[in-house]
Amino acid sequence: MTRYTAGIDVGSTYTKALLLSGQRDIAGRAMLPTGFKLTQVAEQALAAAAADAGIAAREVAYVVATGFGRHQVGIADLKVTDLTAAARGTTLLFPGTRTILDVGGQTMKASRLGDGAKVKSFRLNDKCAAGTGAFLEKTARYMGYETREIGPLVDTSKEAIAISGVCAVFAESEVINHLSQGVAPADIMHGAIVSLVGRSVQLMKRVRMEPEFTLIGGILRFRRMVDVVRTELGMEVNVPDGDLVQFTSALGAALLGQRRLRDAAGSSAQTAH
Amino acid sequence: MAYAAGVDVGSTQTKAVIIDEARRIVARSLTMTGANVVRAAEESYQEALAAGDLREEEVEYVVGTGYGRYKVTFGNTQVTEISCHGRGAVHMFPATRTVVDMGGQDTKAIRVAATGEIVDFCMNDKCAAGTGRFLGAAASALDIPLADLGATALRGERAVKISTTCTVFAESEVLSWLGRGKKIEDILLGVHQSIAGRSAGLLRRVGIEDEVTFTGGVARNVAMIDALQASLGHRVNVSEESHYMGALGAALFALDHILAARAPVRADA
Repeated sequence: MTRYTAGIDVGSTYTKALLLSGQRDIAGRAMLPTGFKLTQVAEQALAAAAADAGIAAREVAYVVATGFGRHQVGIADLKVTDLTAAARGTTLLFPGTRTILDVGGQTMKASRLGDGAKVKSFRLNDKCAAGTGAFLEKTARYMGYETREIGPLVDTSKEAIAISGVCAVFAESEVINHLSQGVAPADIMHGAIVSLVGRSVQLMKRVRMEPEFTLIGGILRFRRMVDVVRTELGMEVNVPDGDLVQFTSALGAALLGQRRLRDAAGSSAQTAH
Repeated sequence: MAYAAGVDVGSTQTKAVIIDEARRIVARSLTMTGANVVRAAEESYQEALAAGDLREEEVEYVVGTGYGRYKVTFGNTQVTEISCHGRGAVHMFPATRTVVDMGGQDTKAIRVAATGEIVDFCMNDKCAAGTGRFLGAAASALDIPLADLGATALRGERAVKISTTCTVFAESEVLSWLGRGKKIEDILLGVHQSIAGRSAGLLRRVGIEDEVTFTGGVARNVAMIDALQASLGHRVNVSEESHYMGALGAALFALDHILAARAPVRADA
Protein backbone atom coordinates (compact mmCIF):
# COMPACT_ATOMS: atom_id res chain seq x y z
CA MET A 1 0.00 0.00 0.00
CA THR A 2 1.32 3.43 -0.94
CA ARG A 3 2.02 5.85 1.87
CA TYR A 4 0.97 9.42 1.24
CA THR A 5 2.87 12.44 2.44
CA ALA A 6 1.59 15.99 2.54
CA GLY A 7 3.32 19.28 1.94
CA ILE A 8 1.59 22.34 3.41
CA ASP A 9 2.88 25.72 2.29
CA VAL A 10 1.46 28.49 4.48
CA GLY A 11 2.15 31.56 2.36
CA SER A 12 1.45 35.19 3.17
CA THR A 13 -1.63 35.21 0.96
CA TYR A 14 -2.59 31.57 0.21
CA THR A 15 -2.09 28.25 1.94
CA LYS A 16 -1.41 25.34 -0.38
CA ALA A 17 -1.58 21.64 0.52
CA LEU A 18 -0.45 18.83 -1.78
CA LEU A 19 -0.51 15.05 -1.34
CA LEU A 20 2.19 12.87 -2.89
CA SER A 21 2.11 9.10 -3.25
CA GLY A 22 5.10 6.80 -2.71
CA GLN A 23 5.47 6.72 -6.51
CA ARG A 24 5.79 10.53 -6.49
CA ASP A 25 2.41 11.02 -8.12
CA ILE A 26 0.40 14.05 -7.07
CA ALA A 27 -2.72 12.56 -5.52
CA GLY A 28 -4.55 15.72 -4.50
CA ARG A 29 -4.19 19.39 -3.79
CA ALA A 30 -6.06 22.34 -2.32
CA MET A 31 -5.54 26.06 -1.88
CA LEU A 32 -7.22 28.38 0.65
CA PRO A 33 -6.74 32.07 1.51
CA THR A 34 -4.35 32.14 4.50
CA GLY A 35 -6.24 34.67 6.62
CA PHE A 36 -5.13 35.07 10.21
CA LYS A 37 -5.73 31.66 11.78
CA LEU A 38 -2.71 29.81 10.46
CA THR A 39 -3.04 26.64 12.52
CA GLN A 40 -6.62 26.12 11.39
CA VAL A 41 -6.09 27.03 7.76
CA ALA A 42 -3.27 24.46 7.52
CA GLU A 43 -5.60 21.75 8.85
CA GLN A 44 -8.40 22.82 6.51
CA ALA A 45 -6.08 22.81 3.50
CA LEU A 46 -4.83 19.33 4.37
CA ALA A 47 -8.41 18.04 4.78
CA ALA A 48 -9.38 19.56 1.43
CA ALA A 49 -6.34 18.04 -0.33
CA ALA A 50 -7.15 14.64 1.21
CA ALA A 51 -10.75 14.96 0.02
CA ASP A 52 -9.40 15.83 -3.44
CA ALA A 53 -7.33 12.62 -3.33
CA GLY A 54 -10.30 10.63 -2.04
CA ILE A 55 -8.65 9.59 1.21
CA ALA A 56 -9.04 10.53 4.86
CA ALA A 57 -6.63 13.12 6.29
CA ARG A 58 -5.50 10.60 8.95
CA GLU A 59 -4.25 8.27 6.20
CA VAL A 60 -1.48 10.78 5.46
CA ALA A 61 1.68 9.23 6.90
CA TYR A 62 3.88 12.30 7.15
CA VAL A 63 3.23 16.06 7.04
CA VAL A 64 5.87 18.64 6.14
CA ALA A 65 5.10 22.33 6.61
CA THR A 66 6.79 25.23 4.86
CA GLY A 67 6.15 28.90 4.10
CA PHE A 68 6.20 31.89 6.42
CA GLY A 69 3.48 30.39 8.64
CA ARG A 70 5.06 26.92 9.00
CA HIS A 71 5.74 27.36 12.72
CA GLN A 72 2.00 27.58 13.40
CA VAL A 73 1.29 24.24 11.72
CA GLY A 74 0.65 21.98 14.71
CA ILE A 75 -0.02 18.88 12.60
CA ALA A 76 3.40 18.99 10.93
CA ASP A 77 5.96 16.22 11.55
CA LEU A 78 8.68 18.40 10.06
CA LYS A 79 9.12 22.07 9.18
CA VAL A 80 11.42 23.24 6.37
CA THR A 81 12.22 26.68 4.98
CA ASP A 82 10.49 27.91 1.82
CA LEU A 83 13.85 27.96 0.07
CA THR A 84 14.51 24.26 0.71
CA ALA A 85 10.96 23.27 -0.26
CA ALA A 86 11.06 25.38 -3.43
CA ALA A 87 14.45 23.91 -4.41
CA ARG A 88 13.15 20.33 -3.98
CA GLY A 89 9.91 20.89 -5.83
CA THR A 90 11.58 22.79 -8.64
CA THR A 91 14.30 20.24 -9.30
CA LEU A 92 11.75 17.41 -9.32
CA LEU A 93 9.96 19.20 -12.17
CA PHE A 94 13.03 20.70 -13.88
CA PRO A 95 16.20 18.88 -12.84
CA GLY A 96 18.46 21.36 -14.67
CA THR A 97 17.32 24.34 -12.54
CA ARG A 98 20.12 26.56 -11.25
CA THR A 99 18.18 29.76 -10.48
CA ILE A 100 14.71 29.99 -8.93
CA LEU A 101 12.57 33.12 -8.89
CA ASP A 102 9.60 32.81 -6.53
CA VAL A 103 7.15 35.72 -6.54
CA GLY A 104 4.29 35.57 -4.06
CA GLY A 105 1.73 37.99 -2.72
CA GLN A 106 4.00 39.56 -0.10
CA THR A 107 7.47 38.24 -0.85
CA MET A 108 9.93 37.85 -3.68
CA LYS A 109 12.75 35.33 -3.44
CA ALA A 110 15.66 34.50 -5.71
CA SER A 111 17.92 31.53 -5.06
CA ARG A 112 20.78 29.81 -6.83
CA LEU A 113 21.16 26.06 -6.55
CA GLY A 114 24.21 23.84 -6.57
CA ASP A 115 24.25 20.06 -7.08
CA GLY A 116 21.64 17.96 -5.32
CA ALA A 117 19.15 20.85 -5.06
CA LYS A 118 21.32 22.54 -2.41
CA VAL A 119 20.62 26.27 -2.01
CA LYS A 120 23.95 28.05 -2.60
CA SER A 121 22.81 31.64 -2.35
CA PHE A 122 19.54 33.49 -1.85
CA ARG A 123 18.09 36.96 -1.52
CA LEU A 124 14.61 37.94 -0.52
CA ASN A 125 12.42 40.98 -0.32
CA ASP A 126 9.55 41.04 2.12
CA LYS A 127 10.04 44.62 3.26
CA CYS A 128 8.64 46.64 0.38
CA ALA A 129 5.43 45.88 -1.48
CA ALA A 130 6.76 47.45 -4.68
CA GLY A 131 8.89 44.33 -5.11
CA THR A 132 6.14 41.76 -4.57
CA GLY A 133 2.84 40.63 -6.04
CA ALA A 134 1.11 43.17 -3.82
CA PHE A 135 2.33 45.84 -6.26
CA LEU A 136 0.25 44.28 -9.05
CA GLU A 137 -2.73 43.82 -6.76
CA LYS A 138 -2.60 47.45 -5.65
CA THR A 139 -2.22 48.71 -9.21
CA ALA A 140 -5.24 46.64 -10.25
CA ARG A 141 -7.23 47.87 -7.24
CA TYR A 142 -6.50 51.55 -8.03
CA MET A 143 -8.09 50.97 -11.44
CA GLY A 144 -11.08 49.10 -10.03
CA TYR A 145 -9.99 45.56 -11.00
CA GLU A 146 -9.84 42.44 -8.86
CA THR A 147 -6.69 40.33 -8.54
CA ARG A 148 -8.17 37.54 -10.64
CA GLU A 149 -8.76 40.00 -13.47
CA ILE A 150 -5.07 40.92 -13.77
CA GLY A 151 -4.22 38.06 -16.16
CA PRO A 152 -7.03 38.59 -18.69
CA LEU A 153 -6.61 42.38 -18.50
CA VAL A 154 -2.89 42.47 -19.19
CA ASP A 155 -3.20 39.96 -22.02
CA THR A 156 -4.92 42.65 -24.07
CA SER A 157 -2.05 45.13 -23.67
CA LYS A 158 -0.15 46.20 -26.78
CA GLU A 159 2.53 48.28 -25.07
CA ALA A 160 3.66 48.81 -21.49
CA ILE A 161 3.48 52.34 -20.13
CA ALA A 162 6.42 53.26 -17.88
CA ILE A 163 5.52 52.93 -14.18
CA SER A 164 8.18 54.11 -11.72
CA GLY A 165 7.42 51.34 -9.22
CA VAL A 166 9.12 53.12 -6.33
CA CYS A 167 6.31 52.68 -3.82
CA ALA A 168 3.07 50.70 -4.08
CA VAL A 169 1.23 53.42 -2.16
CA PHE A 170 2.51 56.34 -4.20
CA ALA A 171 1.80 54.39 -7.40
CA GLU A 172 -1.84 55.34 -6.87
CA SER A 173 -1.33 58.93 -8.00
CA GLU A 174 0.79 57.76 -10.93
CA VAL A 175 -1.91 55.32 -12.03
CA ILE A 176 -4.66 57.93 -11.69
CA ASN A 177 -2.55 60.37 -13.68
CA HIS A 178 -2.14 57.87 -16.52
CA LEU A 179 -5.84 57.01 -16.50
CA SER A 180 -6.81 60.68 -16.68
CA GLN A 181 -4.54 61.04 -19.71
CA GLY A 182 -6.43 58.24 -21.42
CA VAL A 183 -3.87 55.44 -21.05
CA ALA A 184 -5.52 51.99 -21.28
CA PRO A 185 -5.69 50.10 -17.94
CA ALA A 186 -4.16 47.07 -19.69
CA ASP A 187 -1.05 49.08 -20.62
CA ILE A 188 -0.75 50.43 -17.06
CA MET A 189 -1.01 46.87 -15.70
CA HIS A 190 1.61 45.78 -18.22
CA GLY A 191 3.85 48.63 -17.03
CA ALA A 192 3.45 47.47 -13.42
CA ILE A 193 4.55 43.99 -14.48
CA VAL A 194 7.60 45.37 -16.29
CA SER A 195 8.49 47.32 -13.15
CA LEU A 196 8.11 44.21 -10.96
CA VAL A 197 10.18 42.13 -13.38
CA GLY A 198 12.89 44.81 -13.26
CA ARG A 199 13.10 44.28 -9.50
CA SER A 200 13.07 40.49 -9.97
CA VAL A 201 16.05 40.62 -12.32
CA GLN A 202 17.93 42.81 -9.81
CA LEU A 203 17.30 40.24 -7.10
CA MET A 204 18.43 37.37 -9.36
CA LYS A 205 21.60 39.25 -10.28
CA ARG A 206 22.43 39.49 -6.61
CA VAL A 207 22.48 35.69 -6.29
CA ARG A 208 24.67 35.54 -9.45
CA MET A 209 22.00 33.89 -11.55
CA GLU A 210 22.77 31.22 -14.09
CA PRO A 211 20.57 29.03 -16.34
CA GLU A 212 18.36 27.11 -16.18
CA PHE A 213 15.81 29.49 -14.72
CA THR A 214 12.61 28.25 -13.13
CA LEU A 215 9.86 30.66 -12.15
CA ILE A 216 7.38 29.77 -9.42
CA GLY A 217 4.88 31.46 -7.09
CA GLY A 218 1.36 32.77 -7.47
CA ILE A 219 2.33 35.79 -9.54
CA LEU A 220 3.87 33.61 -12.25
CA ARG A 221 0.42 32.32 -13.14
CA PHE A 222 0.17 35.55 -15.14
CA ARG A 223 1.59 34.54 -18.52
CA ARG A 224 2.57 38.13 -19.25
CA MET A 225 4.86 38.11 -16.21
CA VAL A 226 6.62 35.05 -17.63
CA ASP A 227 6.89 36.65 -21.08
CA VAL A 228 8.44 39.81 -19.66
CA VAL A 229 10.96 37.84 -17.56
CA ARG A 230 11.92 35.84 -20.66
CA THR A 231 12.39 39.06 -22.66
CA GLU A 232 14.38 40.78 -19.92
CA LEU A 233 16.71 37.80 -19.48
CA GLY A 234 16.88 37.11 -23.21
CA MET A 235 16.65 33.47 -22.26
CA GLU A 236 14.21 30.57 -22.07
CA VAL A 237 12.66 29.94 -18.64
CA ASN A 238 10.90 26.94 -17.06
CA VAL A 239 7.45 27.39 -15.58
CA PRO A 240 5.46 24.57 -13.94
CA ASP A 241 2.21 23.75 -15.73
CA GLY A 242 -1.08 25.38 -14.77
CA ASP A 243 -1.67 25.96 -11.08
CA LEU A 244 1.32 23.76 -10.18
CA VAL A 245 3.27 27.02 -10.34
CA GLN A 246 1.65 27.89 -7.00
CA PHE A 247 2.13 24.41 -5.51
CA THR A 248 5.83 23.92 -6.25
CA SER A 249 6.97 24.52 -2.65
CA ALA A 250 4.17 22.32 -1.27
CA LEU A 251 5.32 19.64 -3.73
CA GLY A 252 8.91 19.99 -2.51
CA ALA A 253 7.76 19.68 1.10
CA ALA A 254 5.73 16.53 0.34
CA LEU A 255 8.75 15.09 -1.48
CA LEU A 256 10.95 15.66 1.59
CA GLY A 257 8.26 13.80 3.54
CA GLN A 258 8.60 10.77 1.23
CA ARG A 259 12.36 10.77 1.79
CA ARG A 260 11.88 10.87 5.56
CA LEU A 261 9.53 7.89 5.32
CA ARG A 262 12.07 5.95 3.24
CA ASP A 263 14.89 6.84 5.63
CA ALA A 264 12.80 5.78 8.61
CA ALA A 265 11.84 2.51 6.89
CA GLY A 266 15.53 1.90 6.11
CA SER A 267 16.69 2.45 9.69
CA SER A 268 13.90 0.37 11.25
CA ALA A 269 14.75 -2.43 8.78
CA GLN A 270 18.34 -2.23 10.03
CA THR A 271 17.21 -2.35 13.65
CA ALA A 272 15.12 -5.44 12.92
CA HIS A 273 18.14 -7.33 11.60
CA MET B 1 -3.94 98.08 5.32
CA ALA B 2 -2.37 95.57 2.91
CA TYR B 3 -2.91 91.85 3.07
CA ALA B 4 -0.74 88.96 1.94
CA ALA B 5 -1.79 85.37 1.20
CA GLY B 6 -0.18 81.95 1.12
CA VAL B 7 -1.74 78.93 -0.55
CA ASP B 8 -0.27 75.52 0.32
CA VAL B 9 -1.39 72.85 -2.15
CA GLY B 10 -0.58 69.57 -0.41
CA SER B 11 -0.98 66.04 -1.73
CA THR B 12 -4.08 65.52 0.38
CA GLN B 13 -5.33 68.94 1.50
CA THR B 14 -5.01 72.53 0.30
CA LYS B 15 -4.61 75.28 2.88
CA ALA B 16 -4.86 79.05 2.44
CA VAL B 17 -3.87 81.73 4.96
CA ILE B 18 -4.25 85.51 4.75
CA ILE B 19 -2.23 87.79 7.05
CA ASP B 20 -2.23 91.52 7.67
CA GLU B 21 0.79 93.84 7.80
CA ALA B 22 1.26 93.05 11.49
CA ARG B 23 1.71 89.37 10.49
CA ARG B 24 -1.51 88.36 12.20
CA ILE B 25 -3.60 85.61 10.63
CA VAL B 26 -6.90 87.18 9.57
CA ALA B 27 -8.35 84.23 7.65
CA ARG B 28 -7.66 80.60 6.85
CA SER B 29 -9.29 77.76 4.94
CA LEU B 30 -8.82 74.06 4.38
CA THR B 31 -10.12 72.02 1.44
CA MET B 32 -9.44 68.58 0.00
CA THR B 33 -7.01 68.74 -2.93
CA GLY B 34 -8.71 66.05 -5.00
CA ALA B 35 -7.96 65.45 -8.67
CA ASN B 36 -8.39 69.03 -9.90
CA VAL B 37 -5.48 70.80 -8.30
CA VAL B 38 -6.02 74.16 -10.03
CA ARG B 39 -9.60 74.29 -8.78
CA ALA B 40 -8.61 73.21 -5.25
CA ALA B 41 -6.15 76.12 -5.05
CA GLU B 42 -8.75 78.58 -6.36
CA GLU B 43 -11.50 77.33 -4.03
CA SER B 44 -9.29 77.34 -1.00
CA TYR B 45 -8.20 80.94 -1.69
CA GLN B 46 -11.78 82.12 -2.29
CA GLU B 47 -12.91 80.48 0.95
CA ALA B 48 -10.17 82.25 2.88
CA LEU B 49 -11.15 85.59 1.31
CA ALA B 50 -14.77 84.99 2.30
CA ALA B 51 -13.78 83.95 5.83
CA GLY B 52 -11.79 87.21 6.24
CA ASP B 53 -14.50 89.25 4.54
CA LEU B 54 -11.90 90.48 2.08
CA ARG B 55 -12.00 91.35 -1.61
CA GLU B 56 -9.40 89.92 -3.96
CA GLU B 57 -7.89 93.36 -4.70
CA GLU B 58 -7.19 93.92 -1.02
CA VAL B 59 -4.63 91.11 -1.12
CA GLU B 60 -1.52 92.55 -2.71
CA TYR B 61 0.61 89.47 -3.09
CA VAL B 62 -0.03 85.71 -3.16
CA VAL B 63 2.62 82.99 -2.78
CA GLY B 64 1.92 79.37 -3.73
CA THR B 65 3.66 76.48 -2.00
CA GLY B 66 3.34 72.72 -1.58
CA TYR B 67 3.66 70.04 -4.22
CA GLY B 68 0.97 71.75 -6.34
CA ARG B 69 2.41 75.28 -6.02
CA TYR B 70 2.69 75.73 -9.80
CA LYS B 71 -1.06 75.13 -10.05
CA VAL B 72 -1.75 78.27 -8.01
CA THR B 73 -2.44 80.13 -11.25
CA PHE B 74 -3.43 83.38 -9.49
CA GLY B 75 -0.27 83.40 -7.37
CA ASN B 76 2.46 85.99 -7.91
CA THR B 77 5.26 83.56 -7.21
CA GLN B 78 6.10 80.17 -5.70
CA VAL B 79 8.27 79.14 -2.77
CA THR B 80 9.13 75.52 -1.83
CA GLU B 81 7.23 73.99 1.09
CA ILE B 82 10.53 73.36 2.90
CA SER B 83 11.21 77.11 3.04
CA CYS B 84 7.61 77.87 3.98
CA HIS B 85 7.42 75.35 6.82
CA GLY B 86 10.71 76.63 8.19
CA ARG B 87 9.54 80.23 8.00
CA GLY B 88 6.12 79.50 9.50
CA ALA B 89 7.57 77.46 12.38
CA VAL B 90 10.12 80.14 13.31
CA HIS B 91 7.39 82.78 13.19
CA MET B 92 5.20 80.79 15.61
CA PHE B 93 8.04 79.61 17.85
CA PRO B 94 11.03 81.94 17.37
CA ALA B 95 13.45 79.57 19.13
CA THR B 96 12.73 76.80 16.58
CA ARG B 97 15.87 75.26 15.08
CA THR B 98 14.43 71.92 13.93
CA VAL B 99 11.12 71.34 12.18
CA VAL B 100 9.41 68.03 11.60
CA ASP B 101 6.58 68.25 9.11
CA MET B 102 4.27 65.26 8.73
CA GLY B 103 1.87 65.48 5.84
CA GLY B 104 -0.38 63.12 3.99
CA GLN B 105 2.29 61.65 1.74
CA ASP B 106 5.65 62.72 3.03
CA THR B 107 7.59 63.53 6.16
CA LYS B 108 10.27 66.20 6.24
CA ALA B 109 12.96 67.04 8.75
CA ILE B 110 14.23 70.59 8.41
CA ARG B 111 16.96 72.45 10.28
CA VAL B 112 16.57 76.22 10.32
CA ALA B 113 18.66 79.23 11.34
CA ALA B 114 17.37 81.89 13.73
CA THR B 115 16.35 83.91 10.67
CA GLY B 116 14.10 81.09 9.48
CA GLU B 117 16.48 80.24 6.63
CA ILE B 118 16.95 76.57 5.79
CA VAL B 119 20.25 75.06 6.94
CA ASP B 120 19.57 71.45 5.92
CA PHE B 121 16.66 69.14 5.24
CA CYS B 122 15.84 65.53 4.62
CA MET B 123 12.62 64.02 3.38
CA ASN B 124 10.84 60.76 2.97
CA ASP B 125 8.97 61.04 -0.32
CA LYS B 126 10.01 57.83 -2.06
CA CYS B 127 8.27 55.45 0.28
CA ALA B 128 5.02 55.81 2.20
CA ALA B 129 6.41 54.20 5.37
CA GLY B 130 6.50 56.72 8.20
CA THR B 131 4.15 59.20 6.53
CA GLY B 132 0.54 60.13 7.15
CA ARG B 133 -0.42 57.41 4.68
CA PHE B 134 0.65 54.81 7.21
CA LEU B 135 -1.98 56.18 9.61
CA GLY B 136 -4.51 56.26 6.78
CA ALA B 137 -3.85 52.59 6.05
CA ALA B 138 -4.30 51.65 9.70
CA ALA B 139 -7.49 53.71 9.91
CA SER B 140 -9.02 52.00 6.90
CA ALA B 141 -7.90 48.53 8.02
CA LEU B 142 -9.50 49.07 11.43
CA ASP B 143 -12.43 51.07 10.04
CA ILE B 144 -11.86 54.03 12.36
CA PRO B 145 -12.17 57.67 11.20
CA LEU B 146 -8.74 59.26 10.75
CA ALA B 147 -9.66 62.00 13.23
CA ASP B 148 -10.29 59.45 16.01
CA LEU B 149 -6.99 57.58 15.63
CA GLY B 150 -4.98 59.66 18.08
CA ALA B 151 -7.55 59.59 20.87
CA THR B 152 -8.00 55.83 20.43
CA ALA B 153 -4.25 55.19 20.53
CA LEU B 154 -3.92 57.24 23.73
CA ARG B 155 -6.11 54.66 25.48
CA GLY B 156 -3.57 51.96 24.60
CA GLU B 157 -1.61 50.48 27.48
CA ARG B 158 0.68 47.92 25.91
CA ALA B 159 1.82 48.92 22.46
CA VAL B 160 1.88 46.13 19.88
CA LYS B 161 5.21 46.24 18.09
CA ILE B 162 4.59 46.75 14.37
CA SER B 163 7.31 44.90 12.49
CA THR B 164 6.53 45.74 8.89
CA THR B 165 8.09 48.72 7.18
CA CYS B 166 5.86 48.96 4.13
CA THR B 167 2.50 50.67 4.46
CA VAL B 168 0.86 48.01 2.28
CA PHE B 169 2.04 45.20 4.54
CA ALA B 170 1.21 47.18 7.66
CA GLU B 171 -2.45 46.97 6.69
CA SER B 172 -2.34 43.17 6.83
CA GLU B 173 -0.19 43.18 9.94
CA VAL B 174 -2.75 45.35 11.73
CA LEU B 175 -5.50 42.91 10.76
CA SER B 176 -3.45 39.92 11.82
CA TRP B 177 -2.88 41.43 15.29
CA LEU B 178 -6.60 42.04 15.53
CA GLY B 179 -7.17 38.40 14.52
CA ARG B 180 -4.81 37.33 17.30
CA GLY B 181 -6.95 39.16 19.83
CA LYS B 182 -4.91 42.32 20.40
CA LYS B 183 -6.85 45.44 21.40
CA ILE B 184 -7.37 48.13 18.77
CA GLU B 185 -5.97 50.73 21.20
CA ASP B 186 -2.74 48.78 21.69
CA ILE B 187 -2.32 48.16 17.96
CA LEU B 188 -2.83 51.83 17.18
CA LEU B 189 -0.39 52.85 19.89
CA GLY B 190 2.15 50.60 18.17
CA VAL B 191 1.36 52.15 14.79
CA HIS B 192 1.98 55.64 16.17
CA GLN B 193 5.25 54.54 17.77
CA SER B 194 6.39 53.00 14.52
CA ILE B 195 5.81 56.22 12.55
CA ALA B 196 7.35 58.34 15.29
CA GLY B 197 10.42 56.10 15.28
CA ARG B 198 10.89 56.55 11.53
CA SER B 199 10.44 60.32 11.80
CA ALA B 200 12.93 60.50 14.67
CA GLY B 201 15.41 58.69 12.41
CA LEU B 202 14.85 61.28 9.71
CA LEU B 203 15.35 64.09 12.24
CA ARG B 204 18.62 62.61 13.45
CA ARG B 205 19.89 62.65 9.88
CA VAL B 206 19.58 66.45 9.72
CA GLY B 207 20.66 66.83 13.36
CA ILE B 208 18.29 67.74 16.20
CA GLU B 209 18.78 71.16 17.69
CA ASP B 210 16.54 72.72 20.32
CA GLU B 211 13.70 73.74 19.93
CA VAL B 212 11.83 71.23 17.80
CA THR B 213 8.55 72.29 16.19
CA PHE B 214 6.09 69.74 14.82
CA THR B 215 4.03 70.91 11.82
CA GLY B 216 1.72 69.46 9.18
CA GLY B 217 -1.67 67.78 9.30
CA VAL B 218 -0.48 64.88 11.46
CA ALA B 219 0.63 67.33 14.19
CA ARG B 220 -3.03 67.60 15.21
CA ASN B 221 -2.88 63.97 16.29
CA VAL B 222 -2.34 63.91 20.08
CA ALA B 223 -0.94 60.38 20.18
CA MET B 224 1.62 61.28 17.51
CA ILE B 225 2.82 64.26 19.56
CA ASP B 226 3.30 61.93 22.55
CA ALA B 227 4.99 59.21 20.53
CA LEU B 228 7.31 61.68 18.82
CA GLN B 229 8.32 63.24 22.15
CA ALA B 230 9.00 59.78 23.58
CA SER B 231 10.99 58.74 20.51
CA LEU B 232 13.11 61.88 20.53
CA GLY B 233 13.35 62.13 24.30
CA HIS B 234 12.63 65.76 23.67
CA ARG B 235 9.74 68.23 23.97
CA VAL B 236 8.21 69.47 20.73
CA ASN B 237 6.29 72.69 20.03
CA VAL B 238 2.90 72.27 18.48
CA SER B 239 0.80 75.23 17.43
CA GLU B 240 -2.96 75.34 16.99
CA GLU B 241 -2.06 76.41 13.45
CA SER B 242 0.31 73.47 12.81
CA HIS B 243 -1.76 72.43 9.83
CA TYR B 244 -1.41 75.90 8.28
CA MET B 245 2.32 76.37 8.88
CA GLY B 246 3.27 76.02 5.21
CA ALA B 247 0.55 78.42 4.08
CA LEU B 248 1.52 80.83 6.86
CA GLY B 249 5.16 80.72 5.77
CA ALA B 250 4.07 81.42 2.19
CA ALA B 251 1.96 84.39 3.36
CA LEU B 252 4.98 85.74 5.29
CA PHE B 253 7.09 85.53 2.12
CA ALA B 254 4.29 87.35 0.28
CA LEU B 255 4.33 90.11 2.89
CA ASP B 256 8.12 90.44 2.43
CA HIS B 257 7.45 91.22 -1.23
CA ILE B 258 4.86 93.86 -0.39
CA LEU B 259 7.11 95.56 2.17
CA ALA B 260 10.20 95.39 -0.08
CA ALA B 261 8.29 97.00 -2.93
CA ARG B 262 7.34 99.83 -0.61
CA ALA B 263 10.85 100.45 0.72
CA PRO B 264 12.29 103.72 -0.56
CA VAL B 265 14.78 103.15 -3.35
CA ARG B 266 18.20 104.45 -2.35
CA ALA B 267 19.67 107.01 -4.70
CA ASP B 268 22.94 105.12 -4.99
CA ALA B 269 21.27 101.76 -5.65
